[in-house]
Amino acid sequence: MDIATQPPAPPAPADRPTPAEQKRAARGATRPGDRVFLGLSRGSGILLLAIMAAIAIFLTYRASLVLSKNEGNFLTTFEWNATATPPVFGIAVLAFGTIVTSIIAMLIAVPVSVGIALFITHYAPKKLGGPIAYVIDLLAAVPSIVYGLWGALFLVPHLEGLFGWLDDYFGWTGIFAWQGGAPRTLLTVGILLAIMILPIITNVSREVFRQAPQMHQEAALALGATRWEVIRMSVIPFGRSGVISASMLGLGRALGETMAVATVLSPDFLIHASLLDPGGGTFAQNIAAKFSEANDQGRDALIASGLVLFVITLLVNGAARLIIARRKEYSGANA
Amino acid sequence: MAKRIDVSGLTAYYSSHKAIEDISMTVEPRSVTAFIGPSGCGKSTFLRTLNRMHEVTPGGRVEGKVLLDDEDLYGSHVDPVAVRRTVGMVFQRPNPFPTMSIFDNVAAGLRLNGSYKKSELNDVVEKSLKGANLWNEVKDRLNKPGSGLSGGQQQRLCIARAIAVEPQVLLMDEPCSALDPISTLAIEDLIGELKERFTIVIVTHNMQQAARVSDRTAFFNLAAVGQPGKLIEIDETERIFSNPSVQATEDYISGRFG
Repeated sequence: MDIATQPPAPPAPADRPTPAEQKRAARGATRPGDRVFLGLSRGSGILLLAIMAAIAIFLTYRASLVLSKNEGNFLTTFEWNATATPPVFGIAVLAFGTIVTSIIAMLIAVPVSVGIALFITHYAPKKLGGPIAYVIDLLAAVPSIVYGLWGALFLVPHLEGLFGWLDDYFGWTGIFAWQGGAPRTLLTVGILLAIMILPIITNVSREVFRQAPQMHQEAALALGATRWEVIRMSVIPFGRSGVISASMLGLGRALGETMAVATVLSPDFLIHASLLDPGGGTFAQNIAAKFSEANDQGRDALIASGLVLFVITLLVNGAARLIIARRKEYSGANA
Repeated sequence: MAKRIDVSGLTAYYSSHKAIEDISMTVEPRSVTAFIGPSGCGKSTFLRTLNRMHEVTPGGRVEGKVLLDDEDLYGSHVDPVAVRRTVGMVFQRPNPFPTMSIFDNVAAGLRLNGSYKKSELNDVVEKSLKGANLWNEVKDRLNKPGSGLSGGQQQRLCIARAIAVEPQVLLMDEPCSALDPISTLAIEDLIGELKERFTIVIVTHNMQQAARVSDRTAFFNLAAVGQPGKLIEIDETERIFSNPSVQATEDYISGRFG
């Protein structure tokens, strides 16, 4: 600015910081240590965004190379012949399998996890709660291929009883009709995924339930609430958004799980009306199964399917954030 | 709606630590009794034995008798949950349920006790909020969260929640210690009105408050840190503050304590 046009201002004391300096001070960037830390944390943030962008750009670019050549409809074709010329492939079966197995996994894992977490934090005596929490932590550390082997060698043969029962009582719905094939089906995968995501949902839920404020639990108690009513009135509402976040972490793992699914499922490229029919596939399983023998074009097609999985994950996370934000006013954080 | 409390030979423990020892007193219906005494003397612990909240604390247990109009709260067939429905409690820090609206907070106790028609709930909520002198301030925002109110309003909301279930006795554990003087005055006025319907027991660190609101005052003390707290004396508030019969009480109220 032009000093000549300014009214004669009283000369500022020499030690008063300029607005720019004040702004910097407010960010805590005046001392060398602060500046280094600010640089580090800002750099990490930017790096994260850059990596996300790089992944998205890479996936989009490689996918675009092959999508223009695709003779089938990418969204609706029940076929995966991406190495042929011209390529014919579609993700319908993969999207169906991925979503169905994840839904089954969530339906089983979320209630069980919440139950275990509540048991550990509010019901079990300390001597029992500790060991249970420890075992759950161990479950989280088991590699997914081990789950896959256990699923294929133990779970699959032992599910025949359940499948028969489902067929007897719910076969008429069509969804649970069983032809008697080996239970290497989407339902089996869903059950296995449920076991795999159980630890992470349980652990995060346990942490939020444990932080439920004592004063609200006492408020419920003093009104004459039983233990379950205390949990319903003060613990679960407080932990609700935490449980949703935990479930999203679990869902993320279920959507992307590869080895365990590939080991258990006997894949084909059809959508079966019954969950008890062997067949179907998931994005991750299909990529793992086809990647090693695919040519460049085939790999680009697999990348295109990976891009769809990426988008589905983003949408699911966005939806979860919306659910949490909508009831923010009422969240325990306002207490 | 108000009952008389008869405590005899009550001793309370935290695991092996004896927190209060051999306390006996009588609280008349439709009166305000204040508990005063230095920190750690067990007055809050004693208060919490009156609605069986003490035993909720891990290791907490109680010996002795608490009679509510001849019924022993610690009798073998008495359900602690039922006791807490008859003896309401207001806490030191206002603790409305943060996930519930103002209306739901007041209705929370009723909903525990059974199912009510919407119109019945409306009536009780309005009556309770009026009883807590809060109705005019919140009647236009009953569906907003209770956590949006000021501290004093939140505490009156908690009182409304406690009286909505029509308890026999209302216990208050330092209900004003987290509030500013104006909110404190509002609560004190409210206590004066509530004592026409309920038996009220209030723990307070503020001796002026005890003198202002209570009919009778009990002074608790402990011989030394780690020793159990004991009831030194209980008498008409006027007498406690003018001419107490025990020297320790006089020392405490005149500030010559310790």
